[in-house]
Amino acid sequence: MTSRQKRFAFIGLGLVVLGVATVLVLNAFQKNLVFFFTPTMVANGEAPKGQSFRIGGMVEDGSLKRENDGLTVHFVVTDTAESVPVTYKGILPDLFKEGKGAVAQGQLAADGTFVASEVLAKHDENYMPPEAAEALTKAKASRAQGSNTLVITQ
Amino acid sequence: MIPEIGHFALILALCVALVQGILPIYGAAIDNAALMSVAKPAARLQFLLVLTAFGCLAYAFAAMDFSVLYVAATSNSQLPLHYRLAAIWGAHEGSLLLWTLILTIWMFAVTLFSAHLPEATRSRILGVMGLVSVGFLLFMLTVSNPFERLIPAAPDGRDLNPLLQDPGMVIHPPMLYMGYVGFSVAFAFAIAALLGGNLDAAWARWSRPWTTVAWCFLTVGIAMGSGWAYYELGWGGWWFWDPVENASFMPWLAGTALVHSLAVTDKRGGFKVWTVLLAIMAFSLSLLGTFLVRSGVLTSVHAFATDPKRGLFILAFLAIVIGGSLALYAWRAPRVGLGGSFAMVSREGMLLANNVLLVAAMGSVLLGTLYPLFLDALDLGKISVGPPYFDSVFVPLMVPALFLMGIGPLAQWKKASVPDLAQRLKWAFGVSVVSAITLPIVMGNWTPMLSLGLLLAIWIVTTALVTLRERLMHITGSSVMERLASVPRSYWGMLVAHCGIAVFIVGVTMVKGFETEKDVRMNVGETTTIGNYTFRFDGAHDVKGPNYTAARGTFSVSRDGREITVLYPEKRRYPVQNQIMTEAAIDTGLLRDLYVSLGEPLDDGAWSVRLYHKPFIDWIWGGCFIMAVGGVLAISDRRYRPAWRRETQEAPAAVETARRKYA
Repeated sequence: MTSRQKRFAFIGLGLVVLGVATVLVLNAFQKNLVFFFTPTMVANGEAPKGQSFRIGGMVEDGSLKRENDGLTVHFVVTDTAESVPVTYKGILPDLFKEGKGAVAQGQLAADGTFVASEVLAKHDENYMPPEAAEALTKAKASRAQGSNTLVITQ
Repeated sequence: MIPEIGHFALILALCVALVQGILPIYGAAIDNAALMSVAKPAARLQFLLVLTAFGCLAYAFAAMDFSVLYVAATSNSQLPLHYRLAAIWGAHEGSLLLWTLILTIWMFAVTLFSAHLPEATRSRILGVMGLVSVGFLLFMLTVSNPFERLIPAAPDGRDLNPLLQDPGMVIHPPMLYMGYVGFSVAFAFAIAALLGGNLDAAWARWSRPWTTVAWCFLTVGIAMGSGWAYYELGWGGWWFWDPVENASFMPWLAGTALVHSLAVTDKRGGFKVWTVLLAIMAFSLSLLGTFLVRSGVLTSVHAFATDPKRGLFILAFLAIVIGGSLALYAWRAPRVGLGGSFAMVSREGMLLANNVLLVAAMGSVLLGTLYPLFLDALDLGKISVGPPYFDSVFVPLMVPALFLMGIGPLAQWKKASVPDLAQRLKWAFGVSVVSAITLPIVMGNWTPMLSLGLLLAIWIVTTALVTLRERLMHITGSSVMERLASVPRSYWGMLVAHCGIAVFIVGVTMVKGFETEKDVRMNVGETTTIGNYTFRFDGAHDVKGPNYTAARGTFSVSRDGREITVLYPEKRRYPVQNQIMTEAAIDTGLLRDLYVSLGEPLDDGAWSVRLYHKPFIDWIWGGCFIMAVGGVLAISDRRYRPAWRRETQEAPAAVETARRKYA
């Protein structure tokens, strides 16, 4: 091989690796990006069905209920305008408390219950996860503007 | 009074850093020996000043001076002394002081071990480090002062986050920072070489041991962080692809590429331009890591306070350092030349492939970490990129790199032949494939990933043995021991570090393939079995710690009716911050860990409990420590030491030519 051919071969090799990496990245992005929705957005039907996403907000006071197996829990996540019932089976994080911020990842079931596969709470007593905080601020802002948010009667 | 002395010492340090950053570099440019000679004493003085400041802050913590805002925010009178001292880097301001202290420690080390360097090079190196230090000192003095007073003083402190009250806190951050900041030396060497225009093999040889030391610290630092997360967070995971973990992992990937590319520059004079770029990249990623972790843009255990002013400052600093060094690179690098040519199949070729793959992996991690931040900043919605993304991108990119790792050390420099390599490696390949297929079947669970992982691990070890055997055959000596002793340390270092990777892969593969996890409700006296181990819950009772109260569960673990151990996991409550903490109980073993953590108390003394059986998990961290040991072996090589002494004697002549040529 001449040095020119060799150089092309190197550049080619570099491009192949770059190309493979790009394909892998795009492919993985498409499958694994998790979007965030506020309870209001979920109530408006903006959240996807049959796909995993995150919701965040405050855990409503007095909403935490535990089933007899000691592991399955039910609680309600609210952004003060709307609320979404959540079911989770497993051990909750230490900082999970009623009246505090929480973020859950999972899917929406047919009956409108959010079935969480993971519940996140931040490791600081005063801390509100940014997603949860944003959900609350958004809801507050939209109420101030008197927007035509749907209210679900349960 | 003491905090004011610390504050004053920081201001003086900033003045010294300015002098150190400007005069020696200017002196090197106009070939003025007097100006250049400022570098060494300035660096040492700066070290003493920052050390004084650090000592003052340590004193404020030890003496519980709650009139200092930072002490009041991160400490408490009930906190034991060793955690009060570790609380120095428990939050933002103190971490930055630690960062700066470590930077000056590295500077001081450069002044000690640079007698062999030409005066101009040393001046430029210390000058560049001085400029980096200016940035950090300015940051502390303007927006992040650890000595800020709180008047009137708080009666007691707000306490260190209970999550951080752990021996890991004492050692993990300093280790990690030694690694992060250590890349500033490689960076300063690269910038000095660009400024001077003398990028040659000698530059690579000087820079190599520094880079390897930093890399060792970073490796151990990351491993410790991972181990800490494993036992402290109570989820039993060892790596979460959390943005903060990624922030430390990206410099590691770039640093690993740099260590390999420096080998080519040192031995063959090739890859010069690329090596410089990697040095800039490794340090820039360290700075980016500091920014990501300390600015509060990330949702994480490590993010403390969100203060937009601080974020802006670090962002501007980042832009100046990265932009400036890349501009200098673009201006100077084309003059450097490319170095010797080589064939595709050669050791250089393999090392190039290693570099390309490592950098591609680093890029994909960077993308996955920053993309959500970009979207958020542009208000395009909130997303999160989870572990599945990183797994599905990172693994395919690393597999070929790990495969090449076995071949690289056997390939000749410049040009190797494929049939020859195949001939030499056929046994290693056969053994690896056969054992990778049969082992999982013997263990009773065959999956493609399990076989792939074992294949790579066994391949790395067997090829290392082949390499060693060939090396020994070329050495003349009567006994095997004698021959083994005459293999250079740097060579041993490489083999050991590569075997460390193999150990690490075994750990990851076995944990992924065979771990068992169970969340259960357990009544008192009830038993649960996972992976041949039977756990019996004997109830929980209250205990009192120095600054917490806890419910302590008792679990007897037995196997085949024989009792193995008793585990005591705790659920702690820290009253100062009213925070609950899970303290897992772990029975560590060479071949498996047993892990119990308490969930929540249920009725009648029952608890929800999390049980894990984790085979080979300690191999993950063991592998990292073996890698670091390999690095230490490599730098203890005679090659570097006599070379230093030899060059000390030759230096004056070399300096003269260098000056005439490049000044």
